[in-house]
Amino acid sequence: MTTLTKQDFSSDQETRWCPGCGDYAVLAAVQGLMPDLGIPPHRVVFVSGIGCAGRFAYYMDTYGMHGIHGRAPALATGLAAARDDLSIWIITGDGDALSIGGNHLIHALRRNVPVKILMFNNQIYGLTKGQASPTSEVGMVTKSTPFGAHDEPFNPLALVLGAGATFAARTIDRDRVHMTAVLRAAAEHRGAAFVEIYQNCPVFNDGAFAPLTDKEQAVFNRIPLEHGEPVRFGRDGEHGVVRTPDGRLVVAAGDDPSLVVHDAHRDDPAQAFALARLADSPSDPTPIGIFRAVDRPVGIAEAGAKQAVDLDHLLHAGDTWTVA
Amino acid sequence: MSVQVKERRRVIVRFAGDSGDGMQLAGSRFMDATAEHGNDFATLPSFPAEIRAPAGTLAGVSAFQIHFAAQDILTPGDEPDVLVAMNPAALRSELGALARRGTVIVNEDAFTKRNLQKAGYDANPLEDGSLDGLHVIRIPMTSLTARATEAMEQVSTRDAGRAKNLFALGVVSWLYDRPTEPTERWIRAKFVDKPGPLEANLAAFRAGWNFGETSELVDVQYRVDPATDVPAGTYRNVNGTTATALGLIAASVRSGLPLVLASYPITPASELLHVLARHRDMGVRTIQAEDEIAAAGMALGAAFGGALGVTATSGPGLDLKTETIGLAVALELPLVVIDVQRAGPSTGMPTKTEQSDLLAAIHGRHGESPLPVIAASTPGQCFEAAYEAARIAVAYRTPVILLSDLFLANSSEPWRIPEAGALPPIDPAFAQPGEPFSPYARDEKGARPWAIPGTPGLAHRIGGLEKEDVTGDISYDGANHARMTRIRAAKVAGLAADVPPLAVDADPGAELLVLGWGSSRGAIRAAARRVRANGHAVAVAHLHHLQPLPSDLGEVLHRYDRVLVPEMNSGQLANLLRAKYLVDVESYSAIEGRPLYAAELERELEARL
Repeated sequence: MTTLTKQDFSSDQETRWCPGCGDYAVLAAVQGLMPDLGIPPHRVVFVSGIGCAGRFAYYMDTYGMHGIHGRAPALATGLAAARDDLSIWIITGDGDALSIGGNHLIHALRRNVPVKILMFNNQIYGLTKGQASPTSEVGMVTKSTPFGAHDEPFNPLALVLGAGATFAARTIDRDRVHMTAVLRAAAEHRGAAFVEIYQNCPVFNDGAFAPLTDKEQAVFNRIPLEHGEPVRFGRDGEHGVVRTPDGRLVVAAGDDPSLVVHDAHRDDPAQAFALARLADSPSDPTPIGIFRAVDRPVGIAEAGAKQAVDLDHLLHAGDTWTVA
Repeated sequence: MSVQVKERRRVIVRFAGDSGDGMQLAGSRFMDATAEHGNDFATLPSFPAEIRAPAGTLAGVSAFQIHFAAQDILTPGDEPDVLVAMNPAALRSELGALARRGTVIVNEDAFTKRNLQKAGYDANPLEDGSLDGLHVIRIPMTSLTARATEAMEQVSTRDAGRAKNLFALGVVSWLYDRPTEPTERWIRAKFVDKPGPLEANLAAFRAGWNFGETSELVDVQYRVDPATDVPAGTYRNVNGTTATALGLIAASVRSGLPLVLASYPITPASELLHVLARHRDMGVRTIQAEDEIAAAGMALGAAFGGALGVTATSGPGLDLKTETIGLAVALELPLVVIDVQRAGPSTGMPTKTEQSDLLAAIHGRHGESPLPVIAASTPGQCFEAAYEAARIAVAYRTPVILLSDLFLANSSEPWRIPEAGALPPIDPAFAQPGEPFSPYARDEKGARPWAIPGTPGLAHRIGGLEKEDVTGDISYDGANHARMTRIRAAKVAGLAADVPPLAVDADPGAELLVLGWGSSRGAIRAAARRVRANGHAVAVAHLHHLQPLPSDLGEVLHRYDRVLVPEMNSGQLANLLRAKYLVDVESYSAIEGRPLYAAELERELEARL
């Protein structure tokens, strides 16, 4: 078998995101990862919703469906119900997944449909030119919130963990290595995998994630999650995370003897949830990595039995009578 | 005492009682015995929208009507000849429908002061003369059932109390000389593990039968001979829901496409989900989606993967699916959308029938988004209609809306079982690797290739953005958009070549054409039969394809001096025909949440003949 390359997954369509858009980095990472997964392009399907991220499907040389706003999880669930031999990826954004498509997202996770959901979170509506999104922070001035956004934003990881996500992770567009590792883990997860990707919108919300991407600040703000390791961050691990007597997680000194040890495989999602709630805004120290990866029966993919009954037999089922 | 036996050609019986009285059960058992006896029949259940309306009230009345005959019959009938009323509310609610000089069989034990009050009666109608002119048979069913079971150890008071519907069934079964064996067989099978209810129901049924035979209250027995004018074949009893399910499964088997049905619970379409969910042995996959939108999306996603994707709903759900149906128009993928119509707007009357979604089905999407629309005409014909919807969806790579309605879904009739091998072929004709491939190239019908994921070399992207002709690439070019708009329209319009010419049942010299669509078929044919019996000439035709319409329809319409279109809406088809063919179509509307009656149509026809 010939070795697959990034080229095998790149379509001939001209990419048309704004210069500097974080989407380019995600596309490059996905196209770079795909050959390593060993799945030929014709067994891969990208299903996307509406928004800047939605165009992603056109740029992959795989099967793809650019759907309607918020409905990609529904389309993908149907596809997964019909076919258990495909690698199905959903590309969505914060508005697409958490606003208009919120119901489909939580139910795809509840059912543990075998799909990989990549949610590009830029905290703004880009394609419609700059309205507040369900992840925009309180006070954020946008075209639709000239006096500052007044609604509490969603915490996407807390939301999906609440919906029973068996795989929940966060990564950042500017960190190719981290993003690739998280996407690979998502690809290898058996059920529904949700990956929040902090993605910079250079036009409408530039620098939203700078505390996590700027070299100077990132080291103090990124809390890397490593399964089986104490949760520690800072230049030399001088900060850490401990559990308070009332069960919350808070930042403490890195040499605290009671640092929380990250366990992504724990069935009980409470600690993953507490980690998700550690930062409600990317300007605070924010956990990055795989919050949860547990095994649970895959929902929709159990194939229907083959047609075991003869059609004539079915049509004649029950009481029949013959008229001569 | 000697019992007089009279012959009847056709009879209509309505069983009515409180929701908890088991009237649907009594009616269904009577129907099965009638099928076994060899009569032709049609049935119509009706029940309240509330699951547990207060007992004894008008809101809680549940009824089951059956029309059976020694000849081919066409509808569940208009006015019952016999009304079985298990309580005052049932009597009050259903009495108005009863034929003049009809028979009322009441459970007089239920006519207590309290029940009379709940039904809104100031005086007992059994005593105050208000039923004069009717043949009233008063039977203390509750106490006779209790007496029939009192010596039985295993029968509790509760078992006995719940078996009075079988007593009523026994009386009516005797009255019309139905075979008792099917009912007794059913009771034994149903309650095989429950000796109490088994004994109680058997005893009640036999007590009812014996009461009919020995009591002087019932002095006439009627005979309705088996029907002889029914086409030869093997028959079973189906309602529209079951026939639809079988049609979809047949299409799945014949095409080799696995059936994926995604639906969200909604009255009256949920039954289809229930029926299909039981057929995993036929490779059927059902998903109860999180909402109507998701259900449509799942069906479409399944279709992208090479399945027969189906979603079923009723009016309000159709509204919600609209955006996805538009996507299916753009994607040009097969999708079957079943709308079991009910009275609208909004929640409307969810347990009452109507055919008011025709214009929504044909036009109800933004942009220019034509699609084929098919309507089922009888409970049994739902099989053919569902099969045809799937056939067209697959052949033309298009969403198809199949219009059924609550009346068809719940109504039953004998159905001549087709041979699986004789059904028209459905060839998915998936695009194959190695062949020249463009996602939006077209065959001679205008259909694009169906290239399913997993096919090497055919990876491609589709979406809701306008496509460039042939390549399927995104295109914002105005001229291309105009071309694609015309191509999509021409594909649907071209389907008319695939639609059989309109079958017109016309008397020589007929000047009036009665044109129907959907579930009014039986009533229209029955009305035509009656005016013909009165010596009139009339022409009758029925549309199963509503979009596109049969190509000879214009010519047929212009052939007659007058055209009457009866509909359970305010004239939706009539207006379409007036606009399209410039014919002065007359409309007859009935929008009362009930099927059209043959009698009202007979009146309308007579007035025009």
